[in-house]
Formats: sequence, C-alpha cells, structure tokens
Amino acid sequence: MPRITVTVDGVTYEEEVEPRLLLVHLLRDRLGKTGTPVGCDTSNCGACTVMLDGRSAKSCSVLAVQADGSDVVTIEGLARGDEWHPMQKAFHTEHALQCGYCTPGMIMAAIDLLRDDPDPSEEAVREGLEGNLCRCTGYCNIVRAVRLAAQEMAQAGERREVRTP
Amino acid sequence: MSEQLDAGLIAEQIAESDQLGEPSGAHEVGRARRRKEDARLVTGRTTWTDNIQLPGMLYMAFLRSPMAHARITRVDTSAARARPGVVAVYSGRDLADEQGSLPCAWPVTEDIVIPDHPPMAVEEVRYAGEAVACVVATDRYKAADALEAIEVDYEPLDAVVDMTEALAEGSPLVHESGNRAFTWKFAGGDIDAAFRDAPVVIERTYVQQRLIPTAMEPRAVVATTDGDGFTLYSATQIPHVLRVMLALTTGIPEHKLRVVAPDVGGGFGSKLQVTAEEVLGLLVTRRLGKPVKWTESRSEGNLTVHHGRDQLQRISLAAERDGRVRGVRVDLLADMGAYLMLVTPGIPLLGAFMYNGIYKIDAYDFTCTGVFTTKMPTDAYRGAGRPEATFAIERAVDELAHELGLDPVEVRRRNWITHQEFPYDTICGLTYDSGNYEAATEKALALFGYDKLRAEQSDRRDRRDPVQLGIGVSTYTEMCGLAPSRVLGSLSYGAGGWEHASVRMLPTGKVEVVTGTSPHGQGHETAWSQIVADALGVPFGDVAVLHGDTAISHKGMDTYGSRSLVVGGVAVLAACEKVKDKARLIAAHMLEASADDIEFSAGSFTVRGTAEGRTIQELALATFAAHDLPDGVEPGLDADATFDPDNFSFPHGTHLCAVEVDTETGACAIRSYVAVDDVGSVVNPLIVEGQVHGGIAQGIGQALFEEAVHDTEGNLLTTTMADYLIPTAADLPDFTTDRTETPATSNPLGVKGVGEAGTIASTPAVVNAIVDALRPYGVHDVRMPCTPERIWRVVSEAGPPASGSAAAEAPAGASAGASAEAPAPTSGPGPMSTPGPASTPGPASTPGSGSGEATSSSEGGAR
Repeated sequence: MPRITVTVDGVTYEEEVEPRLLLVHLLRDRLGKTGTPVGCDTSNCGACTVMLDGRSAKSCSVLAVQADGSDVVTIEGLARGDEWHPMQKAFHTEHALQCGYCTPGMIMAAIDLLRDDPDPSEEAVREGLEGNLCRCTGYCNIVRAVRLAAQEMAQAGERREVRTP
Repeated sequence: MSEQLDAGLIAEQIAESDQLGEPSGAHEVGRARRRKEDARLVTGRTTWTDNIQLPGMLYMAFLRSPMAHARITRVDTSAARARPGVVAVYSGRDLADEQGSLPCAWPVTEDIVIPDHPPMAVEEVRYAGEAVACVVATDRYKAADALEAIEVDYEPLDAVVDMTEALAEGSPLVHESGNRAFTWKFAGGDIDAAFRDAPVVIERTYVQQRLIPTAMEPRAVVATTDGDGFTLYSATQIPHVLRVMLALTTGIPEHKLRVVAPDVGGGFGSKLQVTAEEVLGLLVTRRLGKPVKWTESRSEGNLTVHHGRDQLQRISLAAERDGRVRGVRVDLLADMGAYLMLVTPGIPLLGAFMYNGIYKIDAYDFTCTGVFTTKMPTDAYRGAGRPEATFAIERAVDELAHELGLDPVEVRRRNWITHQEFPYDTICGLTYDSGNYEAATEKALALFGYDKLRAEQSDRRDRRDPVQLGIGVSTYTEMCGLAPSRVLGSLSYGAGGWEHASVRMLPTGKVEVVTGTSPHGQGHETAWSQIVADALGVPFGDVAVLHGDTAISHKGMDTYGSRSLVVGGVAVLAACEKVKDKARLIAAHMLEASADDIEFSAGSFTVRGTAEGRTIQELALATFAAHDLPDGVEPGLDADATFDPDNFSFPHGTHLCAVEVDTETGACAIRSYVAVDDVGSVVNPLIVEGQVHGGIAQGIGQALFEEAVHDTEGNLLTTTMADYLIPTAADLPDFTTDRTETPATSNPLGVKGVGEAGTIASTPAVVNAIVDALRPYGVHDVRMPCTPERIWRVVSEAGPPASGSAAAEAPAGASAGASAEAPAPTSGPGPMSTPGPASTPGPASTPGSGSGEATSSSEGGAR
C-alpha cells in the first residue's frame, strides 16, 4: 500500500493507505478529524471542503494519495488557540448556521472566496458559494456573514493564509 | 405590537447580548441572543452519528433492489461471506423470524389497509432501493465491496407508478389487497347548497410533485449492546417515539433500550421515522454482540429516505360574483408509496383542515384516497399536508380573482376573517384563536411596493416586453403546535401530543433543563435558556439544556410540526413555575414569613414590603444542605411538567413575490420577496428570522427546482444532488422579512411556532407570480417545478399574448363561467415531460353560462 505523509491541522501523519481511499475518509476514519462531514457522494454539496495547500478543496474529491506531501487545514484547525477565525465569528454573529452540517465546508469555501475577492458584493458571494449547499438558512445570513467577515478582515488588515506556518 | 426586524436593530441586540453569564436584569425573551449551539458547530466539535467510533465496531452496507417491483426467487450470499473482512451477510429470509414489521402509527380509518412492511424484503420488493441483503464488515469499503458478490434473482413484476392508473380497473397490484389504502372523508356545512346555482365555480387540478427532503446530514445509525441492554444512536428527530416503536417492533424491552439523537444535521420531517436500518442495526448487533454502524450515501438516501408531498389535488371553489367564496370541495389522491410508514396516511389529513385557509367559507367537503404505488413511501416533509392545502387554496383564489377581474389581494380581503372576528370557528371545526391578516398584509404590501410593481407590470404588458413581470400573493395560516392529545385521538393517531420538561436546580445555583423536544438545528438550547432565565431570574449562561438521549431525557414527543416551542417551551415554563412554588415555601421558612407574603422578582424571593430576601441560588444551596427545611418539605427544588395544549396555534402571514419571466427562454428569476409573518410572541427574533429564511428557500425549491422523478418502470432518476436540485445561494434572492405580533391565546408564552411557515407560504407565492406574469398568454397554470423548459413550453404552446394589459384582466361582467379544463397531471416522468393534455378527465363542467373568457385558453389550464 502506498505510504503518504500529510500534515493536518499542524500535525504530520505518516499513513499507509489504499490508493482508492478518499481524503475525507482518511481525515474522518483514520485521523479522527470528524469535524469535516460528508454530505453527498457526487461532490455537489461541499460539506467536506477543507484547505489543501491553502486553497479550498472538496475532500471527497481528492484521494488520500493525492494529498501526499500536502498541508491540510480542517475546520478543527482554523482557530488560533481560543480565538476563532473572523469567518467563524461572523457565522455566529449573523446566525449563518442552523443544523451546522454544511458549516465547516461553507466556512472554508467562504475564506477561499475572500482570498480571491476581499470585498465581494452580495451577488459575488452567492456565485462564489454555489458549490456549497445549505438546506436550513436560505443563505441570507450566510451571505451577510461572509460580507461581515470581509469587513472585519479588511479592518484588521488580515491577509491570513489558512495553512500550517 | 409589531416589531421591525431590521438588521441594525438585530446587530445592536447581538452586541449587547453576547456576553454570556452577565447578570440577568432585562428580559431575555425577545432578545436576539446568539446561539449557544454555534460554538461546537463552527469549530468542528460535533457529535454527528457517523462520527461515533466504538471499539470493535463493524460496518453495515445494504444491497438494494434495482427493480421497483419483483419477486425475489434466490439470494446467494456465500461468495460475499468469503470476502476479506466480512463478518456476516444476511438476506431478508435470514432475519424473517425476528425482524417484525415497520410500524404505522396512524391508521386513519377503520378499514385502512396496512400491509406488512418487513425491514428487509423477504419475498417481494415493492420499490427500487428496498433492502434485500446486508453485509457486515470491518470497514466501510470492505462492506461496500462485498455487496457486489451477493447474487439475487428477481422475477420482475409490473411497476405501479401513477396514482390514477393504480386505481383503474385491471391495474397491477402493489399488494394483494389492492392499491387503495384508505378513503377518508370530512365535511362541514351544506356543500351542495354552496355549489347549487353558484355564480362562479373554479375547478382546478394541481400536482404536488414528489419531493426528497434532503437534510444535509445523511442518515446514520450506530447500534451497540453489552449483552443485556441496547443503545441506538441515530440521526433522528424522534428519539423518544423511536424507542417506543423499536421496543414494540424488535421485542427488546423498552427499559433495555436507550436511544440517542446526537447532533442531528437537519430533518425537515425526513428523520421523523422508524427506519428499516434502525431496526436492522439493532438486530445485527444483537446477533453479533458487536457495535455496528451504517451511514447512507446521498444516492442511497435519495432512494430510501421517505419522500414528501406527491398528491393530486382537485379543488373546486364556488363563489359569488363579488368574489366571496361559498364553498370548497377537495378531492385528493395521495401517493403512499409501497408501504405505510410511521405517519404516512396522516399527512394529507393534516392538510384536510387547512383548505379553507384564512377565509370564511360556508361549506367544505374533503375526500382523500391513499394510493399504493411501487415507490418509496411518502411521509412527513416540512409542513406535512399544510403546504399542499395552502398551495391549492391560494392558487385557486388567484384563479377566482382572475376570473372576476379583481386584484388577488382584494379577493382575499373580501373573504378573510377580520381581526375583530377572533376567536373564529372555521368550517373545518378549528378555532383560530388570534390573528390580524389585515395588518400583516398591509405591512407586506408597503414593504413590497405593490402598487409600483403593478404599474411596472402593466407597462411591460403594454410594451409586450419579452420579459414579463409577475406578482404572486400568498396569505396563509397553518395549524401548529402538534398537538392536543384529544384531537390526535379523534383522528386515530397512535400517541398523544403533549411535551415534557424537567428543571433541576443544582447546588451551585446553575440550572439544568431537560426537554423532551429533540432539536436538529432549531436552537432549542438557546431559546429554552432564554425562557428559563426569565422565569427563574438566573443568568442566561447559567442554564444548560439537555435533550436527545432517552437515558437523560426519559420522556418526550420530540420535534416536528412546529411544536417544540409551542408545546415543549411551554412545558419548560411550567416546570419553572413549579420550581418557584417549591422555593417560595423554603424562602418563607428561612425568612420566617408566611409564603403568601413572599414575592418573586428577578431571581429573588423577598418578604413583601422589605428588602429582606433570598436569591434562588441561595435557596438551591440551602435545599442541597437541607439542614433547615420546613416540616414535610422534601430537600429538592427540581420539578417536572407535562404540557398538553388545548388547541393548536395558528401562525399566519402574507408573502409577496415578484418574478421576471423571460417568455422567450422560459427563464424565471425572483426579483424580490417579502414575507410578513405573525408567529405570535417571539422568544428570539434572530432564530425566528432564520427559520423564515430557510422555510422560504425550501418552498421556492418546490416551486422552481425540486422533483423526484421516476421512469415508467418505477426507477428513481434523481438519485444524486446533480439530478435532484435543491436551491443554491445563486438561485435565491435576499428575502425581506418582517413580522406582526398577535400573541397566541392558547399558551402563556403567546407563541405560535415558526418552523414550517415559510415553506407553507412561499410555494404558492412563487407559482402565483409566474402564472401572473403569463396571464396575457392565457396561461392558467405551470406545473411544479416551474423549470425554464416547462415555462417555455407553456408559453410557446399558448400562442401570442392578447393585447396589452387589458388582456390580463378578465372581463368580470362578461363571463360567469369558470375557466377551461383543469391542468392535467402528466402521466410520464418528470422534467422532460411536458404538461400534457389531460390524462385524467378534467372536471370541465361549470355551472353558469360562461364560455371561457378571452384570456383563458380552452386547451387546458396547464398551457
């Protein structure tokens, strides 16, 4: 079996994996990183989105072997100590989650969206998050949260790379 | 009484309300508290059922029928058993003696046919996706691999896909007893008199397409045993109901069975069920003595999570020429699917009492026939019967308005119950306790800019703009707070509708609240804490809410039907009152005063007219020590309460939708959406607004995007999220929401429930808007989901528009007749099929003399 080395939320793992093992199953079943959920089997829902080398990726669409040598940040590794990432705070403030199942992926996708467009319009947020499905919120508060986080991050001069330093 | 729900106000409230643990001075109820639940959800410290890993855990995978209807002639599991990592393989026959039958708790009539429903098929499969075998292996990949090695021989039988055909003479049978499950009738007033010589009769048929609920968390089950007792973790809305039902189904004694609903990622009714996989998980863990887990894939879930809606609604409305409705007649076919699951037959009954909407109607007649087909069973989906009813009456009222050349808002105004008329006894036998339809509608019209949009619509019609503007109105009410137990009894439901709560005062003054409701996104931990903080005068942050585990919360009826706050929240409040009654006695003793002289305010019990008192925290500690309690008083302040409502609650509201419809491409975009809801008093406006947003989105999903499509063989074609389209962020506009507040009179909190309101209201608002846009083309209906292709076909088959804005105005005086035939249900599958010519005889006869008016196509309302 292939042996891979992958860093997840700042910890380096060496694992022997079947070539077909999905990254999300490596995270959940082998590494105990259950903060990243699975919502579908066709890469439509985006619930499993993580940061892979600093860019958002749907971890159900990546094989564990493809992540060999990569840096992965999941929702569990996003806060700095007790201080939440501005996107986490904004989701809380704007009530941008209800059941919370889509939230980890939604937050990761939103952070990546701001990397490309630090001050997105409402429309840009809606288009940018099209690959992440939420069944609870109707997206209104998610859009508000992303734009709030954009403001907060701009004010703080925050250009924060979401990857292990 | 209304409170503007603007973003600025909420932001202010948030800013001042997010300091947990602050002393509680101001009222908590009514504040936009940010949710306690969020911390674990935004950091990934969740407890979804699939997260659970137990030592020695095995994984289950199911082989599912690829045919909608077939006899199983052979199942060979031997090769699968030999696969590496495979611990066991079971066919239905292997489990036949112990698997029992999945329960139906709602036998709606005495002669209802409730077929045997084995969790795993033994002799016959009756829908594609039904489980026929099960592999248990050491990991989920190995379990899935081994499914391929199971051999099953099927002898195909005829599928039964269409309800109307299912009832026809000579149809293939789903069950030997026939395809009719039940016929349920309900009537009030003199319906014949209402329709006799009625100046106007509107007759329509609407198709409530089959929906897939699509909670974001797929179902998952973990079952484990210590050899004596069993624990079942499940992504369920109903741990308490499930425990009772599983005990009855599996024979595991109730006291040996614990059911846990950990974090649950949405339900929308789909997790209000006793599923085959829950039963089979218990049976397998009982056989193997090892913990087992099953988690569905989305594709598996689309096949086997119960579906929603799927009704064929014939509605007739008799009216006066001034628009006042005399009577409503409803003839409903409801697709049960292949079996009757937990509350399958009761869903259309929940709508039966709502076809009168908010209107004063003299006579009503309702017939519902439940029909078996070879499809996944239907059951509760957000709104459960009430969205269907509201859709039909709100669409029909719009048709009436068009027929009479009246504004749809004006027709509603002429019929609705005015605010002075509450409490109002409806023709359906319900007592609407409170409401103010005028106020909600006025506010909605103002926010929407109704007159301006109508002017723009008129202009576009005059210009024959290829992009037409449509305005849709929906004024709804719903029966919430399920439910008074006596009423459920009268409807033959198998359980009550009460809810339970316990409040425990801990020695340090903190509070644990145990609730029988089972939240899966609703925010009960936050809202219940607000109620308790006010009732006991303790800080919001000092309250913990426990739920979803029958070993902790031993008694409850769980969460569905907009019931949690209205029934469960009230139970919490009642338990708090009992705690205070106990504390008052102890305070009186400690303060050497009469209990009658003790006053309670903001967490302190004081002697009237003095400053001398004890806080509830001091009393909790004194009670814990129990050194000096009054004679005969037990050392404890804890209290239980069970609340059984006397009446339903009746949220209402007015939703307005503006759509732009491109008549050349069929593309349809929602331009603005205004919702003014009256959900009674509000505990947390932030949570209420969120529920309304999500509800509207789901209702729009039905109107525009969603449909479970089967082919003629009964195969589900929409098995993935690429085929079954739930709305994305880019598909939806921002919603303008506001409220009026008319407190419910049926409970001390004045609350009405909000979980289903948006979904109930939005579907007819959107479809009314689309049809309104296309009135100049003679269009009466577009079948849901109103996809671009359907809209395009309807428009292109309708011919050129009649001239100008006048075309959309029916000549009120010219015609007393109703429009042409009803739109027909398509007999073929889904989106690719056109709303075709009637395959069922349309109720075309209309009293009165009218030939179809100029704008009304005679080719059937669907075009």
